[in-house]
Amino acid sequence: MTDPAFDPRGLAPDRLVELYRQMVRIREFEERVKRTFAEHPGVIRGHTHLADGAEASIVGSVAALRPGDQLTATYRCHGYPIALGSDTAAMMAEIYGRATGTCGGYGGSMHLCDPERGFLGTSGIVGQGIPHATGAAWAAQIRGDRDVVLGFFGDGASKQGAFHESLNIAALWKLPVVYVLENNSFSAGVRTEQEDANAAAGEPLATKAKAYSMPGVTVDGGDPLAVYDALSAAVARARAGEGPTLVESRVYRLSAHGNSIAPPGVPLHYPEHEAISRFGAVEEYEAAKRGDPVPRFRAALVAAGVLGDAPARSIAADAAEEMQHAVDTALAAPFPEPAAALEHVYAEAPA
Amino acid sequence: MITTYARAIGAALATAMRADPSVVVLGEDVSVGGPFTVTTGLAEEFGAGRVLDTPISEAAICGVAIGAAQSGLRPVLEIMYVDFLTLALDQLVNQAAKARFMSGGQLGVPMVLRTQGGAGQRGAAQHSQSLESWLCHVPGLKVVMPSRAVDAAGLLASAIADPDPVVVVENKILYPRREQLPEVVEPVPIGVAATLRPGRDVTVLAMSRMVSESLDAADQLAAEGVEVEVVDPRTLVPLDLPAVLDSVRRTHHLVVAHEAVAHGGFGAEIAATVQKAAFDDLDAPVERVGAPFQPIPLSPGLEDAYLPDAASVVAAVRRVLGR
Repeated sequence: MTDPAFDPRGLAPDRLVELYRQMVRIREFEERVKRTFAEHPGVIRGHTHLADGAEASIVGSVAALRPGDQLTATYRCHGYPIALGSDTAAMMAEIYGRATGTCGGYGGSMHLCDPERGFLGTSGIVGQGIPHATGAAWAAQIRGDRDVVLGFFGDGASKQGAFHESLNIAALWKLPVVYVLENNSFSAGVRTEQEDANAAAGEPLATKAKAYSMPGVTVDGGDPLAVYDALSAAVARARAGEGPTLVESRVYRLSAHGNSIAPPGVPLHYPEHEAISRFGAVEEYEAAKRGDPVPRFRAALVAAGVLGDAPARSIAADAAEEMQHAVDTALAAPFPEPAAALEHVYAEAPA
Repeated sequence: MITTYARAIGAALATAMRADPSVVVLGEDVSVGGPFTVTTGLAEEFGAGRVLDTPISEAAICGVAIGAAQSGLRPVLEIMYVDFLTLALDQLVNQAAKARFMSGGQLGVPMVLRTQGGAGQRGAAQHSQSLESWLCHVPGLKVVMPSRAVDAAGLLASAIADPDPVVVVENKILYPRREQLPEVVEPVPIGVAATLRPGRDVTVLAMSRMVSESLDAADQLAAEGVEVEVVDPRTLVPLDLPAVLDSVRRTHHLVVAHEAVAHGGFGAEIAATVQKAAFDDLDAPVERVGAPFQPIPLSPGLEDAYLPDAASVVAAVRRVLGR
């Protein structure tokens, strides 16, 4: 260790490098989704929402889990399955609407899932996946196997009734769930302090935990080790049967809320970030870019002597190759047969 | 054994819970039986861990049931009045009904949502509605609406075993009705209608409380020499269309009777479907019995005037027969 201030939070060097590798993979995946709009116009239709800027929060959270644990997420959902080990080629194929996609082309970017790895899916309706995490935690409590569930959602979701109702239930029943509120400072195109009473009063959003008599912590979501630390404590508490925690992970979304939306035939693109397009806050956005968690963690690991230049380059090259393969195979993959549109409404097709 | 519609449902829940430890009951006041005593005794037998009183949070408890179903439980959720389902509609419509589809078949939601509707208890406009047509409009949901205790118990058993979300729409007026049941109630398959009275002149396809009203109407009309066949679809989605068509092809006349507002009601769907499938077999346009297009009033005289009943069915039969 060359940086005496570096605190690995008890993680061995190979795990630290692994966290970084997962962050790079998520970033590369999101970059390739974004580039698809320019490089392969028309290949992605509908809605995509990117997690660039949230990589540290995602990776640090998932690192606190063990096999058997589960999670639910929002429509901004590409990062979690990557951290869990899902097949990125199948994910890209899903985003491209192909038959080989994670969900066979039925769900798309907003509705990835991987139940075998514990990813129980997403809600495209803001905040409505929070009760699912709560219910999965109830099932875990009844099983008695000490599994824990993470419910990921954004700052906007914390204004939904489903959020408040769920936190009340989880605290009341001492459910093994950790609510991870990824506060990316914007609810679509509106700043958090314009629509959140805590934020408007200058208080953290984790203040909401007080209303439900559960711990609420705010953590720098740009630091994967800080997130890992906070989540590890919350997960341990949940696993011990002591109930839920609300973790506010403060991140800065580096892309716009989502791509432009238009009818078929009209090209889609990623617009400028709302900080600039709506608020003219160029310097704020540039500062966020300078604080980008991916190079920030790489620099920390390099300074600590955990990661050398050559391995860092190799991680980047591997991620680039993996995601190039994801794009290439997804582009070549077949679309679902039109007749397949009528499948999967019920477990068995009606007679 | 003589029992009631309410007690038959409670007994079916207990049977399912004894057979399968993953079956759990949750809802408002369920440990004390709820307002209609349907779940009375379950908490004593199975404990508070499997018969769970929830906060008054319809959205979250519906979502909790979904998450629990995706994680291995077989939850039976009670929404106390169908009128309160509005608060849980996102969970039911956008989440439960679509999870399997959006995941390409990976995420099933084997949950049951029990609720009850219907007027006649002077409950006024927010505790008396019949909203089943909303549910029937959502692909991914199954909807059953039993009129008899034997079907309420048998359909509930099938609903709990079903891999997809099933909404069971009970009726508050039917809960205390007494009925002779066999000692062992067999599961009633979802999607199978029952002919409750044979007749050659006209088919009355009746749902929930309107089944007994239609049987009363059939008695009255028999005295005039009109033979009414009363068919209860029991399941609305998936509808047993072959059974309906079989009856209509013999009687050549169809009346659809439900308590819900006729405008946009499920009877309209049945009428359109039957007229398309059996136009040449019909001697007259399909008649519908339903409530007027207005909220439900409180005052006894007003509510009685609002509610469709046996007389409404008799009038509709006369119209469809041209008498």
